[in-house]
Amino acid sequence: MSKDNLNSFNGSNDYVASEELMRAVNIAVALEKPLLIKGEPGTGKTMLAQSVAKALGKKLVIWNIKSTTKAQDGLYVYDVVQRLYDGQFGNAGVDDVAKYVKLGKLGEAFSDDEQVILLIDEIDKADIEFPNDLLWELDRMEFYIPETGETIKAKQRPIVIITSNAEKELPDAFLRRCIFHYIEFPNEELMREIVKVHFPDIDENVLAQVTAAFYYVRSLKEIQKKPSTSEIIDWIQALTLSGIPAERITKEIPFAGVILKKNEDIDALERAKARSLFPFK
Amino acid sequence: MFDSFLYLLRSKGLKVSMTEWMTLNEALDKGMTHASFSEFYYLCRSVLVKSESEFDKFDGAFLEFFKDINFLEDIPEELMNWLNKPQETPGNYDEEIARQNLKLGYERIEQMLRERIAEQDSEHNGGKYWVGTGGMSVFGNSGKGPNGIRVGGESQHKRAFRVAGERHFKDFSEDKVLDTRQMQIALRTLRQYSTKTDAPKTELNIDETIEETGNNAGRLSLVYDRPRKNTVKVVVMMDSGGSMDYYRKLCSQLFTALRKSNHFKDLKFYYFHNSIYERLYTDGECIPGRWVDTNLVLNTLSSDYKLIIVGDAAMAPYELMGGGYYNYGKTSGIDWFRKVKGHFSHCIWLNPGEMQYVYGNYWRQTLGILQEEFDMYPLTVNGLEAALKKLMVNR
Repeated sequence: MSKDNLNSFNGSNDYVASEELMRAVNIAVALEKPLLIKGEPGTGKTMLAQSVAKALGKKLVIWNIKSTTKAQDGLYVYDVVQRLYDGQFGNAGVDDVAKYVKLGKLGEAFSDDEQVILLIDEIDKADIEFPNDLLWELDRMEFYIPETGETIKAKQRPIVIITSNAEKELPDAFLRRCIFHYIEFPNEELMREIVKVHFPDIDENVLAQVTAAFYYVRSLKEIQKKPSTSEIIDWIQALTLSGIPAERITKEIPFAGVILKKNEDIDALERAKARSLFPFK
Repeated sequence: MFDSFLYLLRSKGLKVSMTEWMTLNEALDKGMTHASFSEFYYLCRSVLVKSESEFDKFDGAFLEFFKDINFLEDIPEELMNWLNKPQETPGNYDEEIARQNLKLGYERIEQMLRERIAEQDSEHNGGKYWVGTGGMSVFGNSGKGPNGIRVGGESQHKRAFRVAGERHFKDFSEDKVLDTRQMQIALRTLRQYSTKTDAPKTELNIDETIEETGNNAGRLSLVYDRPRKNTVKVVVMMDSGGSMDYYRKLCSQLFTALRKSNHFKDLKFYYFHNSIYERLYTDGECIPGRWVDTNLVLNTLSSDYKLIIVGDAAMAPYELMGGGYYNYGKTSGIDWFRKVKGHFSHCIWLNPGEMQYVYGNYWRQTLGILQEEFDMYPLTVNGLEAALKKLMVNR
């Protein structure tokens, strides 16, 4: 228990975590299960691991998953072709198989002397069977290298954080072993806090107007690509630089091009502004 | 102690396993809820539920099991029961009331709803004051008023701007409209692997390498194989314009998902307006001139392409049974549909719109006819999965 109390996450200076999210992190740490995080793009899934690492003062090992990544790549790679070539000319050290075995990110996290945080980023990018191939390794925190007859076992059980871009079908067997958290898009209140982290001196009135207009735009059904956190930050930058008075922000929604990236969406906003139900008339 | 909660969850269709249940118990033993009810709720949810699309089911079950704890602003249950079986009351649309109601703001309507719930003690359908169904008042469901709060029921006339008492994660429920990612996942089922492709040889074949090296008197000779590749080819014919405008966003999501799914050997898009005739358009604008002959398409595409038709199957009956705007009564729309369907060995229809036939609805007459011709599926998570499974097997 004492260890659990030590490893407690409360959000860090540059990352605003919702209460639910902090709860999920602490549950995962205490139960020694991987934490699976899903959410819309731009809700700060990757940032979370960095801030957990910072808050707990631990090293962060990041394994970025690509569409070609295989589970094996995370454990170790045995460079057989190199060995064959070396063997042909009788180079020194060919007998030593270990020389041709290189640990992957998972292996690296296991063999670290201190407890690390392992971020498996965007696990849904890989092939559909990928998570299943890691079940045993994440459960037992060990794997076996047949080439060297060696078993790599975690010296300190790493804290595993896995992110996924709101994909539905990770395999059930994999999901059963995880603690799950869905990062909702921040509500207005939380968004105000997030904005304040980036703009500590922002005028309260401007902030209220900006978030009201922003959430109105997000609420429009016709909008195809909903703006996310990074867009509201850019927008506030544009608005403050141009010095537009606060009361015009909701009425006109200026610089809509900063938050909406598609022509169709900008047209849809114009249509919405002309409607009798437009709330800021 | 509260094992019946596990069975309630399972009976609601949540696949909670023993592993997860034991994990929850372990967490409770460790005292991780700190004796707080909301901590307990979040703990249960993050351990037992693994998809945001199931949060709503979980919320429902949780509320049912721990119902004595007041959780949400509640609509009285009897009221909810009447409202969940709407009655159509044709011909009571009132222009004047619609205009008046439009002037009411959110807050005013919410305040009125609170007052009505306090007053109302019986069922009302087709009226314009009480909470009821099929009426002109600003509350209730299946109504004809242009705005208001929906209370219970299903959105039929797509107007209520806020739904009272609705659980927060309802939008994520499985059978709701899907996003591109979910579609892509579903599209991954369209796979058939083969090594008979023209991809570069990148996989080391150990056995052959040993063999070859032996034959080469011990000088290393590496042998590579082609990786297995998907051989599925897909052709999509999409209805565009007119009644399909309502589903434009959904269809463009499907389009994006298909484009992003780079695992197909070939992918072709064609468009038609309402019904297929002798020409197919090459872009979604359906501008006359930017088209190809349907027969030419059928001749160039081999029959092993898998055909996906996307459309709401809603059109004027003469468009399907006769010719269209540019087709002066030679071959009827339905015959073209049959011809296209006959050419390809695998074919399904995805419908983004309503698939229920409503008696007397002019635009839905054609739906029934096409439903008999094609395997038609709704464009939802479950619908798409079922459709693609069907597309992989022989008919």
